[in-house]
Amino acid sequence: MTVSTLRMAVRSPRRIALSQKLGRWDIRFSPYLYISPFFILFGIVGLFPLLYTGWVSLHAWDLIGGQGKFVGADNFAWILQQQKFWLALRNTFSIFLLSAVPQIVIALIIAAVLDQNLRGRTFWRMGVLLPYIVMPVAVALIFGNMYGDKYGLINTLLGHFGIPGIQWHSDPLASQFAIATMVNFRWTGYNALILLAGMQAIPRDYYEAATIDGAGAIRRFFSITIPQLRPTLIFVIITATIGGLQIFDEPKLFDQYGTGGANSQWLTLTIYLYNLGWGQLNFGRAAAVAWLLFLVIVLIGLVNLGITRRIASNEGRNS
Amino acid sequence: MKLSRRTTAVAAIAGAAAFALIATGCSAGGSTASDSSKPITLTLATFNNFGYSDALLAEYHTLNPNVTVVQNKAATSDAAQTNMFTKLAAGSGLGDIEAVDVDWMPKLRQYGAKFVDLAAADNKGRYAGWKTSAATTTDGKLIGLGTDIGPEAICYRSDLLAKAGLPTDPDAVTKLLTGDWDNYYKVGATFAAAKTGAAWFDSAGATFQGLANQYQNFFEKKDGTVIATTNPDVKASFTKVLAESATLSSHLTQWSPDWSAGQANGAYATMLCPAWMLGVIQGNTPKVTDWKIANAFPDGGGNWGGSYLTVPTQGKNTEAAKKFANWLTAPAQQIAAFKTAGNFPSQVAAYSNKDLTSATNAFFNNASIGQIYIDRSKAVTITPFKGVKYAAVMKVVQDGLTRVETGTQSIDQSWTQVVSDIKALA
Repeated sequence: MTVSTLRMAVRSPRRIALSQKLGRWDIRFSPYLYISPFFILFGIVGLFPLLYTGWVSLHAWDLIGGQGKFVGADNFAWILQQQKFWLALRNTFSIFLLSAVPQIVIALIIAAVLDQNLRGRTFWRMGVLLPYIVMPVAVALIFGNMYGDKYGLINTLLGHFGIPGIQWHSDPLASQFAIATMVNFRWTGYNALILLAGMQAIPRDYYEAATIDGAGAIRRFFSITIPQLRPTLIFVIITATIGGLQIFDEPKLFDQYGTGGANSQWLTLTIYLYNLGWGQLNFGRAAAVAWLLFLVIVLIGLVNLGITRRIASNEGRNS
Repeated sequence: MKLSRRTTAVAAIAGAAAFALIATGCSAGGSTASDSSKPITLTLATFNNFGYSDALLAEYHTLNPNVTVVQNKAATSDAAQTNMFTKLAAGSGLGDIEAVDVDWMPKLRQYGAKFVDLAAADNKGRYAGWKTSAATTTDGKLIGLGTDIGPEAICYRSDLLAKAGLPTDPDAVTKLLTGDWDNYYKVGATFAAAKTGAAWFDSAGATFQGLANQYQNFFEKKDGTVIATTNPDVKASFTKVLAESATLSSHLTQWSPDWSAGQANGAYATMLCPAWMLGVIQGNTPKVTDWKIANAFPDGGGNWGGSYLTVPTQGKNTEAAKKFANWLTAPAQQIAAFKTAGNFPSQVAAYSNKDLTSATNAFFNNASIGQIYIDRSKAVTITPFKGVKYAAVMKVVQDGLTRVETGTQSIDQSWTQVVSDIKALA
């Protein structure tokens, strides 16, 4: 500081002031400039559609005909009165729970196994990711064959044991379970790899020390791996939550019509949105559903945030 | 703290991703180029099987060396419909020529400005009057040229009928099934009594389609008002079909994988058979040799489905596309399509053409499909009115039929839900 003040006194005050100003701007604004691409992109593909959808939801809006008259909150009022909306909300949560919980548990187990010293490590790791790169449409075709009500693989197998076939396309729980298995098939391996990366970052000394102290593999897993994995686990849980609440491909492809079942057995919020917007060409109402879905996700996000904060502070105490 | 901040960002981004689904584009106008020597490519978007073989499209290329035609086939009409509405809304991305099913035509008629007027001197009077009027907007613009119609016959499995001790010869079965719907159900009851393990018809949903197409104003009044919940014919048909379906139906929802498999496995003995269904059956059951066609339909006749070709204004070569669509829907080309896929021509002049009258189908045991479907189309006396809400109401009613057939609800419960679901369409 003192050096620069001295120099300032010698040179012409104007030029120094400018370069100094530039320097100060550089320090103050550069970080914002560097992170701005994210926010500009977010503004275009995130914020703008979000606000525009809000604008659409306040109008009578035809998919092809375009903007109609301003109706205020009528679209929202109409949707909240629809039994189908609440049914879709229930189904969304139910499919989410049926998929996310087993998905993360199984991913954790797979990651733990992959973390061991295996032969052909890369082969196993890539193998786990394989279902993720299969197109959802192909997955739906394969599972559609398995879950046929009359001639499906599973019901045929059950028939050999004298067990009556499961009504995959008419029983709500069965249909949602079937959809959840498709989701799990696709995402378990992906989550396992993220958890595996987290596990590899855990210092090996902990395990060595624990082994010397006589801790078995299971004890090591619960007392070292799980606590050390917390930040990664939280990330996986949050992304699984968001993805789970927006589930679309699998229920859409579960039957030949893709409208959520004759009795709305597997109608999710996104399918409901799609039916309104593209089936009935009513974009205003579809936009209102999109906003309600957004609010639900924000709500869940806030709950997650609360849990995260608590866990983060717990972590501080432990270490 | 660092982590939780990231959490909110992730939540916000992913939440916003929900909106990507609904993001919409703005409208852009198309231009017309009518230079006849410039090489151009026309895209023809169809669904299922329109019978437009590569050879047929190559023929047009020979006639017009500067035009190359590329056909994009969608697997189902539902997929084609969604694709079309989305891109029509976006203002770009549609094919130069888009095939349209008769059931979604009413919706498109509302947006006449987005389609080229296809009326021309040489296609005037080409189609049956009702076929043209369904594609004409209120201000008199013809937005679609008819490709095929769906006059209905009945297809049956002769092996299953033989098992039940019923006649199997097409002429005898035609005689057996000529009559009203009660006759069809009565023969069904005889079939069911023989306990062959197969059902009489495929599904309540498909059978209901046959009924619905025999009323002038079934779901909607002429002005478009939905009367489905108050029209006694609708409720009566709904209840009657379901009452019969309890003992006669295979309970396999139409178009489901089980339904297709059922066709091959002999799950049902008969099904309503519009002309375009022949291609579907043959595709599902290539190895079955027992499918035959009876030249009969309950209560006379009926038309189920049929399509059009349209030229959206957003295309680059609308003039050339119009010319091509006109050529493709001329009688000669439609007879060629009929021979390929069984889609029955909607062109009046085709019915006296020897190629059509003498057409037979080897898969259906050499049934003279040309003559059968000419007879069946002559038996069609009623043109059902299909308004803007027709397809949506039909979907609700079909869901209602499925609920009862899968044992989810009783007939009364299901009808109550149908009524409330139709109200929600308003």
